[in-house]
Amino acid sequence: MSGSSPQLDIDYVARLARLALTEAEKQAFAHQLGDVLTYIEQLKAVDVTGIEPTAHAFEVVNVWQEDVSAPAFPVEKALQNAPAARDHMIVVPKVVDDAG
Amino acid sequence: MDAPLHFRTATEVSALLARREVSSVEITRAVIERTRAVEDRVRAFTARDEQRALAQAAASDARRAADRTLGPLDGVPVSVKDVLASEGEPLTCSSRMLANFVSPYDATAIARLKAAGAVLWGRLNMDEFAMGSSTENSAFHTTANPWDLDRIPGGSSGGSAAALAAGESIVTLGSDTGGSIRQPAALCGVSGLKPTYGRVSRYGLVAFASSLDQVGPLGRCVDDLGLLLGAISGHDERDSTSVRVPVPDFNVEAAARLAQHRERPLRIGLPKEYFGEGLDPEIRAAIEHAIAFYRAQGCDVREVSLPHTQYAIATYYIIATAEASSNLARYDGIRYGHRSTNISDAIDIYAQSRAEGFGAEVKRRIILGTYVLSSGYYDAYYLRAQKVRTLIRRDFLQAFEQVDALLTPTSPIPAFRKGEKSADPLAMYLADIFTISTNLAGLPGLSIPCGFTAGGLPIGLQLLGRPFEESTLLALAKSYEQSHDWHLRRPSL
Repeated sequence: MSGSSPQLDIDYVARLARLALTEAEKQAFAHQLGDVLTYIEQLKAVDVTGIEPTAHAFEVVNVWQEDVSAPAFPVEKALQNAPAARDHMIVVPKVVDDAG
Repeated sequence: MDAPLHFRTATEVSALLARREVSSVEITRAVIERTRAVEDRVRAFTARDEQRALAQAAASDARRAADRTLGPLDGVPVSVKDVLASEGEPLTCSSRMLANFVSPYDATAIARLKAAGAVLWGRLNMDEFAMGSSTENSAFHTTANPWDLDRIPGGSSGGSAAALAAGESIVTLGSDTGGSIRQPAALCGVSGLKPTYGRVSRYGLVAFASSLDQVGPLGRCVDDLGLLLGAISGHDERDSTSVRVPVPDFNVEAAARLAQHRERPLRIGLPKEYFGEGLDPEIRAAIEHAIAFYRAQGCDVREVSLPHTQYAIATYYIIATAEASSNLARYDGIRYGHRSTNISDAIDIYAQSRAEGFGAEVKRRIILGTYVLSSGYYDAYYLRAQKVRTLIRRDFLQAFEQVDALLTPTSPIPAFRKGEKSADPLAMYLADIFTISTNLAGLPGLSIPCGFTAGGLPIGLQLLGRPFEESTLLALAKSYEQSHDWHLRRPSL
């Protein structure tokens, strides 16, 4: 452990999270999450040599199901909460330039 | 003197309905009228549809008239945290992101309630996406604690607890990722149960931290917890983490446990790490009274140790935020949820929609979760936290070799004032110290009322048990409830 408090590059992480933040949010979060990260540092004191990680409290094994057909979700229902839809499709802004 | 209809328990209402002393329409009207009278002060709901509830009640009465009732919950009003899908009803998670979302299908827990004939009454307020301990993170409005309207009801299932304390519903459902059923139950003077991980299907529960989330009941008596738990439990092929274990009649099994207890006394452990600094003295005194009660009942009460307790909050906030950052990646403004119109290119649609749709606490947790999973930090944070999780779980399993249940306070502090902790997320996180480990270990836990502070605020007692031994907890809780009347006290509203 270096002893220095952990550094969180808020711009980099916000970009990874696809989250636009205002300058005020960046400042507040950097400060608040700095506190949290300093608190979290205490886990470095735990000896975890030879300890297996736990992803689920109970062992989870792959679950197979019979491949049988069943009534499917109708398209209208799947699209009922879409911000924009037309002809059984979700409408999104243009991704490819006309010139491209 | 009988309590007014809106303050009856589900167990009582079920009996009244069976004896045809009251109709489902009458009891549903009673909670609707009560809600109309007090909701402007409590604000427990995010949505209410009186006609929808009354139509279900009328259908229940018709079934009863034809002698075709669907079981003990038929005709009983149940209100649901706004995190579970119910076809045709709004599902907001108290977030602007889902402000206009209407569920296209039923969560399994909801489908089971409907199959049992329950009357679904309203959608209950919560911290946005279940992230918080005060319900102040709701994007719509804060909910008041019915015992002191200037204070928070706890969270994240604050609406589920406040609605019961205020008589706005008969029994409710919440969800618990780090204490979100037990802590608001304690702070509002009602009972709440977080089932063993895998006991109740998570299908149709909006995901926060998938390895920790569990749906569970809140009620005004212990029997109501067993009644509702029985209705929603069981394996579901649509949730691969739901476990294939038999679903007992929990209240019958609890009564059997209590009868066995007279032959072979139940052993209760007091984790010494839960009785240290930071525990409110009035809460400590109330818990000590409860300990004395269990000793007088012949329980073998002894101190045990959960040595990794001090690491639980750090472990939890790494694992829960990591899972949340992954789960909430689905809110991208494309297929459902809020879509920004303030965009310059196609990628911008994600970042802007999320910026406009999420509140501050959700953003904070997404940032933290993304950071602990990011390249170069994964081993130091996420993998290490998963290993400490193993140690925390091991502490519990070792303790349960010596005792049948653990007894602790539910919350180290009573309900705090609105706004008191909103500026300091770490202080808010630290208040979850007694409930968080249960979720990391996947264990069942419940909270029941065990007293009041001098200022009139409820105090909760927590019981934790071995996996799938909810009945042992219900037995211990029932024996306490039978000798105390805390659960019968009502706030003056």
